[in-house]
Amino acid sequence: MKIPKTFMGYKRENGRVGVRNYVVILPVDDISNACAEAVGKNINGTLAIPHSYGRLQFGEDLELFFRTIIGTGKNPNVAAVIVIGIEPKWTKRVVDSIAKTGKPVEGFSIEGHGDITTTMKASKKAQEFVQWASEKQRVECPLSDLWISVKCGESDTTSGLASNPAVGNLMDKLEPLGVNLCFGETSELTGAEKVCASRGKNDQISKKFMSTWSAYNDFILENATNDLSESQPTAGNIAGGLTTIEEKAFGNLQKIGKKIKFVDVLKPAEEPKKGGGLYFMDTSSAAGECLTLQAAAGYTVHLFPTGQGNIIGNAIEPVVKLTANPKTVATMSEHIDLDVSKILKREMNLDQAGNALIDVTIKTANGRLTCAEALGHREFIITKLYRSA
Amino acid sequence: MSQTDLIIHEEKDNVAVVVIDKTSKNQECVGWIMENDKTVKIKCINEIPLGHKIALKDFKVGDTILKYGHDIGKVVASIKKGDHVHVHNVKTKKW
Repeated sequence: MKIPKTFMGYKRENGRVGVRNYVVILPVDDISNACAEAVGKNINGTLAIPHSYGRLQFGEDLELFFRTIIGTGKNPNVAAVIVIGIEPKWTKRVVDSIAKTGKPVEGFSIEGHGDITTTMKASKKAQEFVQWASEKQRVECPLSDLWISVKCGESDTTSGLASNPAVGNLMDKLEPLGVNLCFGETSELTGAEKVCASRGKNDQISKKFMSTWSAYNDFILENATNDLSESQPTAGNIAGGLTTIEEKAFGNLQKIGKKIKFVDVLKPAEEPKKGGGLYFMDTSSAAGECLTLQAAAGYTVHLFPTGQGNIIGNAIEPVVKLTANPKTVATMSEHIDLDVSKILKREMNLDQAGNALIDVTIKTANGRLTCAEALGHREFIITKLYRSA
Repeated sequence: MSQTDLIIHEEKDNVAVVVIDKTSKNQECVGWIMENDKTVKIKCINEIPLGHKIALKDFKVGDTILKYGHDIGKVVASIKKGDHVHVHNVKTKKW
Protein backbone atom coordinates (compact mmCIF):
# COMPACT_ATOMS: atom_id res chain seq x y z
CA MET A 1 0.00 0.00 0.00
CA LYS A 2 1.12 3.51 -0.76
CA ILE A 3 0.77 5.63 2.37
CA PRO A 4 -1.02 8.92 1.60
CA LYS A 5 1.26 11.92 1.97
CA THR A 6 -1.42 14.32 3.20
CA PHE A 7 -4.66 14.61 5.14
CA MET A 8 -7.35 17.30 5.39
CA GLY A 9 -7.15 19.31 8.61
CA TYR A 10 -7.84 22.69 10.20
CA LYS A 11 -4.74 24.87 10.16
CA ARG A 12 -4.57 26.90 13.39
CA GLU A 13 -3.05 30.31 14.10
CA ASN A 14 0.10 28.78 15.65
CA GLY A 15 0.76 26.40 12.76
CA ARG A 16 -0.59 23.25 14.44
CA VAL A 17 -3.27 21.26 12.62
CA GLY A 18 -6.54 20.04 14.13
CA VAL A 19 -8.78 17.23 12.87
CA ARG A 20 -11.88 18.58 14.64
CA ASN A 21 -13.23 22.10 14.96
CA TYR A 22 -14.68 22.40 18.45
CA VAL A 23 -15.73 25.54 20.29
CA VAL A 24 -15.15 24.41 23.86
CA ILE A 25 -16.84 25.78 26.99
CA LEU A 26 -14.16 25.07 29.57
CA PRO A 27 -14.91 25.29 33.30
CA VAL A 28 -11.93 26.16 35.50
CA ASP A 29 -13.41 24.36 38.50
CA ASP A 30 -16.14 21.94 39.59
CA ILE A 31 -18.60 24.62 40.72
CA SER A 32 -18.50 26.32 37.30
CA ASN A 33 -19.74 23.19 35.52
CA ALA A 34 -23.41 24.22 35.77
CA CYS A 35 -22.78 27.55 34.07
CA ALA A 36 -20.53 25.99 31.40
CA GLU A 37 -23.14 23.36 30.64
CA ALA A 38 -25.86 26.01 30.45
CA VAL A 39 -23.84 27.86 27.81
CA GLY A 40 -23.28 24.57 25.99
CA LYS A 41 -27.06 24.01 25.91
CA ASN A 42 -27.77 27.57 24.79
CA ILE A 43 -25.48 27.61 21.78
CA ASN A 44 -25.59 24.84 19.19
CA GLY A 45 -22.22 23.58 18.03
CA THR A 46 -20.40 24.24 21.28
CA LEU A 47 -19.03 21.59 23.60
CA ALA A 48 -19.00 21.99 27.39
CA ILE A 49 -16.50 19.71 29.12
CA PRO A 50 -17.34 19.51 32.83
CA HIS A 51 -14.88 17.95 35.30
CA SER A 52 -14.50 17.41 39.04
CA TYR A 53 -11.55 19.52 40.18
CA GLY A 54 -9.86 22.92 40.25
CA ARG A 55 -10.39 24.03 43.85
CA LEU A 56 -7.78 24.16 46.63
CA GLN A 57 -5.25 22.12 44.69
CA PHE A 58 -1.64 23.00 45.37
CA GLY A 59 1.97 22.22 44.42
CA GLU A 60 2.68 19.73 41.65
CA ASP A 61 -0.96 18.62 41.59
CA LEU A 62 -2.07 22.18 40.83
CA GLU A 63 0.57 22.54 38.10
CA LEU A 64 -0.66 19.32 36.49
CA PHE A 65 -4.24 20.56 36.77
CA PHE A 66 -3.39 23.80 34.93
CA ARG A 67 -1.31 21.95 32.33
CA THR A 68 -4.31 19.68 31.65
CA ILE A 69 -6.94 22.44 31.46
CA ILE A 70 -4.77 24.85 29.47
CA GLY A 71 -3.46 22.11 27.19
CA THR A 72 -7.03 21.04 26.42
CA GLY A 73 -7.85 24.60 25.35
CA LYS A 74 -4.66 24.83 23.28
CA ASN A 75 -5.24 21.54 21.44
CA PRO A 76 -5.63 22.26 17.69
CA ASN A 77 -8.85 20.21 17.59
CA VAL A 78 -10.29 23.21 19.45
CA ALA A 79 -11.01 26.31 17.32
CA ALA A 80 -11.99 28.69 20.11
CA VAL A 81 -12.58 28.57 23.87
CA ILE A 82 -14.92 30.11 26.45
CA VAL A 83 -13.36 29.78 29.92
CA ILE A 84 -15.67 29.99 32.95
CA GLY A 85 -14.36 29.97 36.54
CA ILE A 86 -15.59 31.08 39.92
CA GLU A 87 -12.69 33.50 40.55
CA PRO A 88 -11.10 35.93 38.11
CA LYS A 89 -7.45 35.10 38.87
CA TRP A 90 -7.28 31.44 37.86
CA THR A 91 -9.76 32.12 35.03
CA LYS A 92 -7.35 34.73 33.66
CA ARG A 93 -4.38 32.40 34.01
CA VAL A 94 -6.15 29.81 31.84
CA VAL A 95 -7.31 32.41 29.29
CA ASP A 96 -3.89 34.05 28.95
CA SER A 97 -2.12 30.73 28.46
CA ILE A 98 -4.57 29.52 25.79
CA ALA A 99 -4.40 32.93 24.07
CA LYS A 100 -0.70 32.33 23.30
CA THR A 101 -1.82 29.97 20.52
CA GLY A 102 -3.50 32.92 18.82
CA LYS A 103 -6.95 31.28 18.88
CA PRO A 104 -10.02 33.22 20.09
CA VAL A 105 -10.52 32.77 23.84
CA GLU A 106 -12.56 34.71 26.38
CA GLY A 107 -12.92 34.25 30.13
CA PHE A 108 -15.83 34.84 32.51
CA SER A 109 -15.78 34.64 36.29
CA ILE A 110 -18.96 33.99 38.23
CA GLU A 111 -18.19 35.61 41.61
CA GLY A 112 -20.04 38.93 41.97
CA HIS A 113 -22.26 38.18 38.94
CA GLY A 114 -23.98 34.83 39.50
CA ASP A 115 -24.68 31.97 37.11
CA ILE A 116 -27.48 33.62 35.13
CA THR A 117 -25.68 36.83 34.18
CA THR A 118 -22.48 34.91 33.46
CA THR A 119 -24.34 32.38 31.32
CA MET A 120 -25.93 35.19 29.31
CA LYS A 121 -22.66 37.03 28.66
CA ALA A 122 -20.71 33.84 27.91
CA SER A 123 -23.47 32.58 25.60
CA LYS A 124 -23.30 35.73 23.48
CA LYS A 125 -19.55 35.30 23.07
CA ALA A 126 -19.93 31.56 22.43
CA GLN A 127 -22.40 32.27 19.62
CA GLU A 128 -19.92 34.67 18.04
CA PHE A 129 -17.12 32.05 18.30
CA VAL A 130 -19.19 29.19 16.93
CA GLN A 131 -20.30 31.17 13.88
CA TRP A 132 -16.71 32.26 13.27
CA ALA A 133 -15.41 28.69 13.65
CA SER A 134 -18.08 27.28 11.33
CA GLU A 135 -16.53 29.23 8.45
CA LYS A 136 -13.22 27.35 8.82
CA GLN A 137 -12.41 24.97 5.98
CA ARG A 138 -10.18 21.92 5.99
CA VAL A 139 -6.98 22.28 3.96
CA GLU A 140 -4.47 19.73 2.70
CA CYS A 141 -1.70 19.18 5.26
CA PRO A 142 1.40 16.96 5.23
CA LEU A 143 1.20 13.77 7.28
CA SER A 144 3.92 15.16 9.57
CA ASP A 145 1.26 17.55 10.94
CA LEU A 146 -0.57 14.56 12.42
CA TRP A 147 -0.13 13.86 16.16
CA ILE A 148 -1.24 10.35 17.15
CA SER A 149 -1.48 9.01 20.71
CA VAL A 150 -2.01 5.36 21.61
CA LYS A 151 -3.23 3.45 24.64
CA CYS A 152 -4.87 0.04 24.97
CA GLY A 153 -7.56 -1.15 27.36
CA GLU A 154 -9.55 -4.18 28.54
CA SER A 155 -6.68 -6.07 27.01
CA ASP A 156 -6.60 -9.81 26.57
CA THR A 157 -4.21 -12.07 24.76
CA THR A 158 -5.71 -11.06 21.40
CA SER A 159 -4.43 -7.52 22.13
CA GLY A 160 -0.86 -8.75 22.41
CA LEU A 161 -1.30 -11.14 19.47
CA ALA A 162 -2.81 -8.82 16.92
CA SER A 163 -4.36 -5.44 17.74
CA ASN A 164 -1.36 -4.00 19.62
CA PRO A 165 1.14 -5.25 17.00
CA ALA A 166 -1.12 -3.68 14.31
CA VAL A 167 -0.65 -0.31 16.05
CA GLY A 168 3.08 -1.08 16.25
CA ASN A 169 3.12 -1.77 12.53
CA LEU A 170 1.47 1.63 11.89
CA MET A 171 4.09 3.32 14.10
CA ASP A 172 6.97 1.62 12.27
CA LYS A 173 5.51 2.97 8.99
CA LEU A 174 4.51 6.51 10.09
CA GLU A 175 7.48 7.42 12.31
CA PRO A 176 9.88 7.78 9.35
CA LEU A 177 7.36 10.24 7.80
CA GLY A 178 7.72 12.62 10.75
CA VAL A 179 4.40 11.87 12.44
CA ASN A 180 4.35 12.75 16.15
CA LEU A 181 3.51 9.64 18.21
CA CYS A 182 2.91 9.08 21.93
CA PHE A 183 2.52 6.09 24.24
CA GLY A 184 2.10 6.10 28.03
CA GLU A 185 0.74 3.77 30.74
CA THR A 186 3.77 3.86 33.04
CA SER A 187 2.47 1.24 35.47
CA GLU A 188 1.42 -1.22 32.76
CA LEU A 189 4.98 -1.39 31.49
CA THR A 190 5.93 -3.00 34.80
CA GLY A 191 7.48 -6.35 33.99
CA ALA A 192 8.75 -5.06 30.66
CA GLU A 193 10.35 -1.86 31.97
CA LYS A 194 13.95 -2.80 31.15
CA VAL A 195 13.09 -3.79 27.59
CA CYS A 196 11.10 -0.54 27.24
CA ALA A 197 14.01 1.51 28.60
CA SER A 198 16.24 -0.02 25.93
CA ARG A 199 13.99 1.61 23.31
CA GLY A 200 15.05 5.09 24.47
CA LYS A 201 16.94 7.04 21.81
CA ASN A 202 20.09 7.27 23.93
CA ASP A 203 21.34 6.46 27.44
CA GLN A 204 20.07 9.71 28.87
CA ILE A 205 16.52 9.09 27.62
CA SER A 206 16.63 5.44 28.78
CA LYS A 207 17.67 6.62 32.26
CA LYS A 208 14.96 9.27 32.26
CA PHE A 209 12.45 6.52 31.48
CA MET A 210 13.74 4.24 34.26
CA SER A 211 13.61 6.99 36.89
CA THR A 212 10.06 7.92 35.79
CA TRP A 213 8.98 4.29 35.91
CA SER A 214 10.68 3.69 39.30
CA ALA A 215 8.98 6.71 40.86
CA TYR A 216 5.57 5.46 39.70
CA ASN A 217 6.29 1.91 40.82
CA ASP A 218 7.44 3.09 44.27
CA PHE A 219 4.24 5.10 44.62
CA ILE A 220 2.12 2.04 43.76
CA LEU A 221 3.99 -0.20 46.20
CA GLU A 222 3.73 2.39 48.99
CA ASN A 223 -0.05 2.62 48.60
CA ALA A 224 -0.77 -1.04 47.91
CA THR A 225 -2.86 -2.81 50.54
CA ASN A 226 -2.52 -6.21 48.87
CA ASP A 227 -0.20 -7.76 46.28
CA LEU A 228 -1.97 -5.88 43.45
CA SER A 229 -2.98 -9.13 41.77
CA GLU A 230 -6.61 -7.95 42.12
CA SER A 231 -6.03 -4.78 40.12
CA GLN A 232 -3.15 -5.71 37.80
CA PRO A 233 -4.10 -7.53 35.65
CA THR A 234 -7.78 -6.58 35.99
CA ALA A 235 -10.58 -9.13 36.29
CA GLY A 236 -11.39 -8.40 32.62
CA ASN A 237 -7.78 -9.09 31.62
CA ILE A 238 -7.76 -12.39 33.51
CA ALA A 239 -11.08 -13.48 31.98
CA GLY A 240 -9.47 -12.82 28.60
CA GLY A 241 -6.54 -15.10 29.42
CA LEU A 242 -3.85 -12.71 30.67
CA THR A 243 -2.12 -14.22 33.69
CA THR A 244 0.54 -11.80 34.96
CA ILE A 245 1.44 -8.13 34.76
CA GLU A 246 4.61 -9.09 32.84
CA GLU A 247 2.52 -10.79 30.16
CA LYS A 248 0.25 -7.75 29.98
CA ALA A 249 3.29 -5.45 29.78
CA PHE A 250 4.95 -7.25 26.87
CA GLY A 251 1.62 -7.35 25.05
CA ASN A 252 1.23 -3.64 25.74
CA LEU A 253 4.72 -2.86 24.45
CA GLN A 254 3.83 -4.38 21.05
CA LYS A 255 2.12 -1.01 20.33
CA ILE A 256 5.43 0.79 19.76
CA GLY A 257 6.47 -1.45 16.92
CA LYS A 258 9.71 -3.28 16.42
CA LYS A 259 12.24 -0.68 15.38
CA ILE A 260 11.55 2.86 16.48
CA LYS A 261 13.08 4.57 19.52
CA PHE A 262 11.43 7.16 21.73
CA VAL A 263 13.02 10.61 21.60
CA ASP A 264 11.89 11.94 24.98
CA VAL A 265 10.04 11.19 28.22
CA LEU A 266 7.20 13.64 28.89
CA LYS A 267 5.61 14.62 32.18
CA PRO A 268 1.83 14.07 32.29
CA ALA A 269 0.15 16.48 29.80
CA GLU A 270 3.54 17.95 28.80
CA GLU A 271 3.75 19.17 25.20
CA PRO A 272 6.47 17.40 23.16
CA LYS A 273 9.09 19.83 21.88
CA LYS A 274 11.59 17.72 19.92
CA GLY A 275 9.71 17.51 16.61
CA GLY A 276 8.23 14.37 15.05
CA GLY A 277 8.87 10.87 16.36
CA LEU A 278 7.82 8.70 19.28
CA TYR A 279 7.42 10.06 22.83
CA PHE A 280 6.77 8.27 26.10
CA MET A 281 4.45 10.09 28.53
CA ASP A 282 4.25 9.31 32.25
CA THR A 283 0.55 8.49 32.68
CA SER A 284 -1.83 6.37 34.67
CA SER A 285 -3.05 3.28 32.88
CA ALA A 286 -6.69 4.24 33.42
CA ALA A 287 -7.98 5.00 29.91
CA GLY A 288 -9.93 8.17 30.72
CA GLU A 289 -6.99 9.75 32.54
CA CYS A 290 -4.35 8.70 30.02
CA LEU A 291 -6.27 9.98 26.99
CA THR A 292 -7.08 13.28 28.69
CA LEU A 293 -3.37 13.82 29.42
CA GLN A 294 -2.35 12.93 25.86
CA ALA A 295 -5.00 15.25 24.38
CA ALA A 296 -3.83 18.03 26.72
CA ALA A 297 -0.29 17.56 25.35
CA GLY A 298 -1.66 18.32 21.88
CA TYR A 299 -2.38 14.90 20.35
CA THR A 300 -5.22 15.00 17.83
CA VAL A 301 -6.08 11.37 16.94
CA HIS A 302 -6.02 8.44 19.32
CA LEU A 303 -5.64 4.73 18.48
CA PHE A 304 -7.09 2.37 21.06
CA PRO A 305 -6.64 -1.39 20.70
CA THR A 306 -8.95 -3.41 22.95
CA GLY A 307 -9.48 -7.09 23.68
CA GLN A 308 -12.59 -7.60 25.79
CA GLY A 309 -14.09 -4.26 24.65
CA ASN A 310 -13.22 -0.98 26.37
CA ILE A 311 -15.68 1.68 25.14
CA ILE A 312 -13.65 4.84 25.93
CA GLY A 313 -13.91 8.13 24.04
CA ASN A 314 -12.47 11.57 24.70
CA ALA A 315 -13.92 15.08 24.82
CA ILE A 316 -11.72 16.57 22.09
CA GLU A 317 -9.62 13.75 20.61
CA PRO A 318 -11.33 11.21 18.32
CA VAL A 319 -10.64 7.65 19.51
CA VAL A 320 -10.25 4.90 16.88
CA LYS A 321 -10.87 1.47 18.35
CA LEU A 322 -9.58 -1.79 16.96
CA THR A 323 -9.85 -5.33 18.20
CA ALA A 324 -8.74 -8.80 17.19
CA ASN A 325 -11.19 -10.56 19.47
CA PRO A 326 -13.94 -12.02 17.24
CA LYS A 327 -16.35 -12.22 20.19
CA THR A 328 -15.93 -8.51 20.88
CA VAL A 329 -16.47 -7.79 17.18
CA ALA A 330 -19.68 -9.83 17.28
CA THR A 331 -21.10 -8.57 20.57
CA MET A 332 -19.90 -4.93 20.61
CA SER A 333 -19.70 -4.02 16.93
CA GLU A 334 -20.94 -0.44 17.49
CA HIS A 335 -17.70 0.30 19.38
CA ILE A 336 -15.21 -1.17 16.89
CA ASP A 337 -13.77 1.00 14.09
CA LEU A 338 -11.43 -1.71 12.78
CA ASP A 339 -11.69 -5.49 13.02
CA VAL A 340 -8.31 -7.25 12.79
CA SER A 341 -9.54 -10.63 14.03
CA LYS A 342 -8.58 -12.24 10.71
CA ILE A 343 -5.00 -12.29 11.99
CA LEU A 344 -6.06 -14.98 14.44
CA LYS A 345 -7.20 -17.17 11.53
CA ARG A 346 -3.96 -16.54 9.66
CA GLU A 347 -6.06 -14.80 6.96
CA MET A 348 -4.45 -11.39 7.56
CA ASN A 349 -0.89 -10.53 8.47
CA LEU A 350 0.41 -7.61 10.53
CA ASP A 351 1.49 -5.68 7.44
CA GLN A 352 -2.09 -5.74 6.11
CA ALA A 353 -3.53 -4.89 9.52
CA GLY A 354 -1.14 -1.92 9.86
CA ASN A 355 -2.20 -0.64 6.43
CA ALA A 356 -5.90 -0.97 7.29
CA LEU A 357 -5.26 1.00 10.46
CA ILE A 358 -3.42 3.76 8.59
CA ASP A 359 -6.42 3.96 6.26
CA VAL A 360 -8.99 4.35 9.08
CA THR A 361 -6.69 6.79 10.94
CA ILE A 362 -6.47 9.09 7.93
CA LYS A 363 -10.21 8.83 7.29
CA THR A 364 -10.74 9.84 10.92
CA ALA A 365 -8.29 12.74 10.59
CA ASN A 366 -10.17 13.84 7.47
CA GLY A 367 -13.39 14.07 9.47
CA ARG A 368 -15.03 10.65 9.62
CA LEU A 369 -16.67 10.21 13.02
CA THR A 370 -15.36 7.34 15.13
CA CYS A 371 -17.68 4.90 16.88
CA ALA A 372 -16.97 6.62 20.21
CA GLU A 373 -17.88 10.03 18.72
CA ALA A 374 -21.07 8.70 17.16
CA LEU A 375 -22.05 7.11 20.47
CA GLY A 376 -21.41 10.34 22.39
CA HIS A 377 -18.41 9.22 24.44
CA ARG A 378 -16.87 12.46 25.71
CA GLU A 379 -14.70 11.33 28.64
CA PHE A 380 -12.64 14.12 30.18
CA ILE A 381 -10.89 12.81 33.29
CA ILE A 382 -8.36 14.90 35.15
CA THR A 383 -5.46 13.10 36.81
CA LYS A 384 -5.19 14.15 40.46
CA LEU A 385 -1.93 13.45 42.25
CA TYR A 386 -3.07 13.86 45.88
CA ARG A 387 -5.71 15.41 48.18
CA SER A 388 -6.50 19.10 47.96
CA ALA A 389 -5.71 21.49 50.81
CA MET B 1 -2.90 -19.67 4.69
CA SER B 2 -4.33 -22.59 6.60
CA GLN B 3 -6.44 -22.11 9.70
CA THR B 4 -4.50 -22.23 12.94
CA ASP B 5 -5.67 -23.24 16.45
CA LEU B 6 -2.78 -21.68 18.38
CA ILE B 7 -0.43 -18.75 17.89
CA ILE B 8 3.12 -18.75 19.23
CA HIS B 9 4.81 -15.31 19.16
CA GLU B 10 8.43 -16.42 19.09
CA GLU B 11 10.15 -19.76 18.59
CA LYS B 12 11.65 -19.81 22.09
CA ASP B 13 8.25 -19.29 23.78
CA ASN B 14 7.10 -22.26 25.90
CA VAL B 15 3.39 -21.38 25.79
CA ALA B 16 0.97 -20.77 22.90
CA VAL B 17 -2.28 -18.81 22.76
CA VAL B 18 -5.59 -20.42 21.75
CA VAL B 19 -7.17 -18.55 18.82
CA ILE B 20 -10.23 -20.75 18.27
CA ASP B 21 -13.40 -20.54 20.40
CA LYS B 22 -12.03 -23.26 22.68
CA THR B 23 -9.94 -26.37 22.41
CA SER B 24 -11.38 -29.76 23.36
CA LYS B 25 -9.78 -32.56 25.34
CA ASN B 26 -7.34 -34.67 23.25
CA GLN B 27 -7.59 -32.29 20.27
CA GLU B 28 -4.55 -32.30 17.96
CA CYS B 29 -3.93 -28.56 17.69
CA VAL B 30 -2.11 -26.74 14.90
CA GLY B 31 0.16 -23.90 16.07
CA TRP B 32 1.54 -20.99 13.99
CA ILE B 33 4.87 -19.49 15.05
CA MET B 34 4.45 -15.87 13.91
CA GLU B 35 8.16 -15.05 14.14
CA ASN B 36 9.27 -17.51 11.46
CA ASP B 37 5.97 -18.68 9.93
CA LYS B 38 6.54 -22.32 10.99
CA THR B 39 3.71 -24.71 11.87
CA VAL B 40 3.82 -27.02 14.90
CA LYS B 41 1.39 -29.59 16.32
CA ILE B 42 0.48 -30.21 19.95
CA LYS B 43 -2.07 -32.41 21.69
CA CYS B 44 -4.33 -30.49 24.04
CA ILE B 45 -5.25 -32.31 27.28
CA ASN B 46 -7.95 -29.93 28.52
CA GLU B 47 -10.61 -27.47 27.36
CA ILE B 48 -8.91 -24.09 26.93
CA PRO B 49 -10.88 -20.97 25.90
CA LEU B 50 -9.97 -18.36 23.28
CA GLY B 51 -7.13 -16.08 24.34
CA HIS B 52 -5.88 -18.42 27.05
CA LYS B 53 -2.53 -20.20 27.05
CA ILE B 54 -1.53 -23.82 26.53
CA ALA B 55 1.72 -25.38 27.80
CA LEU B 56 4.12 -26.48 25.05
CA LYS B 57 6.14 -28.58 27.53
CA ASP B 58 5.94 -30.05 31.05
CA PHE B 59 6.65 -27.51 33.80
CA LYS B 60 7.59 -27.99 37.44
CA VAL B 61 7.22 -25.48 40.27
CA GLY B 62 9.72 -22.62 39.91
CA ASP B 63 10.05 -22.87 36.10
CA THR B 64 9.81 -19.71 33.98
CA ILE B 65 7.10 -19.06 31.40
CA LEU B 66 8.36 -17.45 28.19
CA LYS B 67 6.08 -15.46 25.86
CA TYR B 68 7.03 -12.75 23.32
CA GLY B 69 10.48 -14.26 23.93
CA HIS B 70 10.42 -12.81 27.46
CA ASP B 71 9.95 -13.97 31.08
CA ILE B 72 6.27 -13.44 32.00
CA GLY B 73 6.14 -15.26 35.36
CA LYS B 74 6.90 -18.34 37.46
CA VAL B 75 5.18 -21.70 37.72
CA VAL B 76 3.52 -22.22 41.14
CA ALA B 77 1.84 -25.60 40.46
CA SER B 78 3.21 -28.18 38.04
CA ILE B 79 1.76 -28.10 34.51
CA LYS B 80 1.55 -30.92 31.95
CA LYS B 81 2.30 -30.35 28.29
CA GLY B 82 -1.00 -29.50 26.56
CA ASP B 83 -2.71 -28.20 29.70
CA HIS B 84 -4.16 -24.78 30.54
CA VAL B 85 -1.64 -22.19 31.81
CA HIS B 86 -3.23 -19.40 33.87
CA VAL B 87 -3.56 -17.80 37.32
CA HIS B 88 -4.06 -21.21 39.02
CA ASN B 89 -0.54 -22.35 38.13
CA VAL B 90 1.47 -19.24 37.18
CA LYS B 91 2.20 -16.07 39.17
CA THR B 92 4.09 -12.84 38.57
CA LYS B 93 7.69 -12.55 39.76
CA LYS B 94 7.05 -8.89 40.65
CA TRP B 95 5.30 -9.27 44.00
